[in-house]
Amino acid sequence: MNASAIRNIGGWAIGVPLVIALLGFAFQGLASFNSSFFFAWPYFIEVLIAGLLQGVMYSLVALGFVLIFKASGIFNFAQGSMVLFAALTMVGFIEMGLHWTIAFAITAVVMALVAVGIERLVLRPLVNQPHIILFMSTIGIFYFLDGFGQTLWGSDIKVLDIGIPKTPMFVGKGMFEGGLLINSFDLVAAFVGAALVIALAVFFHYTRIGRALRAVADDHQAAMSIGIPLKTIWVVVWTAAGVVALVAGIMWGSKAGVQFSLALIALKALPVLILGGFTSIPGAIVGGLIIGSSEQLAEVFLGPLFGGAIQDWFAYMLALVFLLFRPQGLFGEKIIERI
Amino acid sequence: MTEAAAALNPAPSKLILTVNNIEVIYDHVILVLKGVSLEVPEGGIVALLGANGAGKSTTLKSISNLLRAERGEVTKGSIHFEGNQVDRLTPNDLVKQGVVQVMEGRHCFEHLTIEDNLLTGAYTRKDGRTAVQQDLDMVYNYFPRLRERRLSLAGYTSGGEQQMCAIGRALMSRPKMILLDEPSMGLAPQLVEEIFEIVKKLNETEGVSFLLAEQNTNVALRYADYGYILENGRVVLDGEAATLRDNEDVKEFYLGVSSAGRKSFRDVKHYKRRKRWLA
Ligand SMILES: Nc1ncnc2c1ncn2[C@@H]1O[C@H](COP(=O)(O)OP(=O)(O)OP(=O)(O)O)[C@@H](O)[C@H]1O
Ligand SMILES: [Mg+2]
Repeated sequence: MNASAIRNIGGWAIGVPLVIALLGFAFQGLASFNSSFFFAWPYFIEVLIAGLLQGVMYSLVALGFVLIFKASGIFNFAQGSMVLFAALTMVGFIEMGLHWTIAFAITAVVMALVAVGIERLVLRPLVNQPHIILFMSTIGIFYFLDGFGQTLWGSDIKVLDIGIPKTPMFVGKGMFEGGLLINSFDLVAAFVGAALVIALAVFFHYTRIGRALRAVADDHQAAMSIGIPLKTIWVVVWTAAGVVALVAGIMWGSKAGVQFSLALIALKALPVLILGGFTSIPGAIVGGLIIGSSEQLAEVFLGPLFGGAIQDWFAYMLALVFLLFRPQGLFGEKIIERI
Repeated sequence: MTEAAAALNPAPSKLILTVNNIEVIYDHVILVLKGVSLEVPEGGIVALLGANGAGKSTTLKSISNLLRAERGEVTKGSIHFEGNQVDRLTPNDLVKQGVVQVMEGRHCFEHLTIEDNLLTGAYTRKDGRTAVQQDLDMVYNYFPRLRERRLSLAGYTSGGEQQMCAIGRALMSRPKMILLDEPSMGLAPQLVEEIFEIVKKLNETEGVSFLLAEQNTNVALRYADYGYILENGRVVLDGEAATLRDNEDVKEFYLGVSSAGRKSFRDVKHYKRRKRWLA
């Protein structure tokens, strides 16, 4: 670890609490001369935590995009429909009477087969074509998976229940009167998200295939020159993205039911990606947390001032503003330029 | 081979690579190689010389088959490695068989450390961790500078270190033959010398054969055994390195020992080429 990394971490450790405290005081100040504006610190922290946990769910979806973009430079428009397809498939197997763990394993295999199919039928014939053509082909995959999933498993709203507790919890009773209210489901989701990210990081950094993946992301010609087969790497990446989609699908599906709108949460991943950078896994996480928390805070505290729901567009506004100042994202791959 | 040449070479060594009259077309229309033939003996160092755009890189890429990724295609002729026809193989297969290319401009993985770069070179190997670790040590012994910088991101190392990294990475695949494209590019003369010394040492101690493309004719002909001169997608002259070094025209056009005002090798040597192709 070098000096700049330590400086970075130090910067975040001081910067983040500072920004949060400043936001709190700003809201408090607003509340003091605007009677329609309600503010209390415990409530503020509650909303913040709920937002952060929600953000983890966004990160899960964004992660799938990052994997594929990193390895092949393709913006995979179909990521959202992969989430839907995975969730539908999993529910389908559970409805056949399988335990959810077995259904999970089978669905993961199905996602690997989908990855192989996409590589054979779409990517391989289109290799060496401009990126925009590959992007268009992922739009095709989006509609195919979307329709095919519903043909296979039906199009009505399904319930996915793998036994994650949904009861609200109270924590920190000593610190605040009455404690803080936290949704235990969101907490579980956060743990799952963290576990997934750690697993991916280990895979990328300490395995032969993971190293090859990073090599391909850096310079695919050079990777080919030393015998790394791009086809294998693509299949691995799309499979990883498929499994990430499956996890995201389970989390979102158990929260909101499995239905077409799952495919649209991919749109929420866009501002996350703009914020975090398209090529950075930590970026997808931090981006998700920022979008999730700021969206919740804005909705609860600023919403009343605008007289309505601002949650739907706030994230995009934030991303747009951000784009003006730092187009490569917070963690976008540094372009190495030697001086 | 003529009788005279055979006499010069009393025990003709086994050929590891033969390229037989290949023609290469890019994008279905751009004809770049117009019939190139060359041979590399087992354990030899052969230089492929020529000016910008002569087709050196294209020749190397048609052997390693990186050509296809650039929309290029070998449309005529054949390439044999250790007696087997290899023109239809993928780069992955070729590396497994023992041919690896070090691309022009080095192409290290910038965001990987030097050590990770070297380890990616062992991707195709199946002989286990300890063997790979041993070879990592071997590479570090040839390139002590890489050991010092093993934890730096390759993108932040110097041009010379990157060239060493690229060669070391290729070595990690345990190749029988390395196709080395312009190792001297952009390096200070002393560093060029250092790199060629290591190439020579690898050739002698590890028994790796080299086909190297170079614009730096002077250095290349001092280290190689044999040379081919390429112009406009054709071999216009070939011979023992020592012979080429003493050839008046090579001196004039490629070694910069100029006496008259002739513009191109081709102006004078037209008759020779004609003879070659009619033969
Ligand atoms: N991908 C490509 N598509 C079309 N033409 C190409 C391509 N790559 C190379 N060429 C053309 O082929 C010719 C030979 O190029 P090549 O790179 O083999 O030359 P070179 O001898 O390696 O030159 P240099 O010393 O500059 O590296 C050039 O005229 C070049 O413009
Ligand atoms: Mg070249």
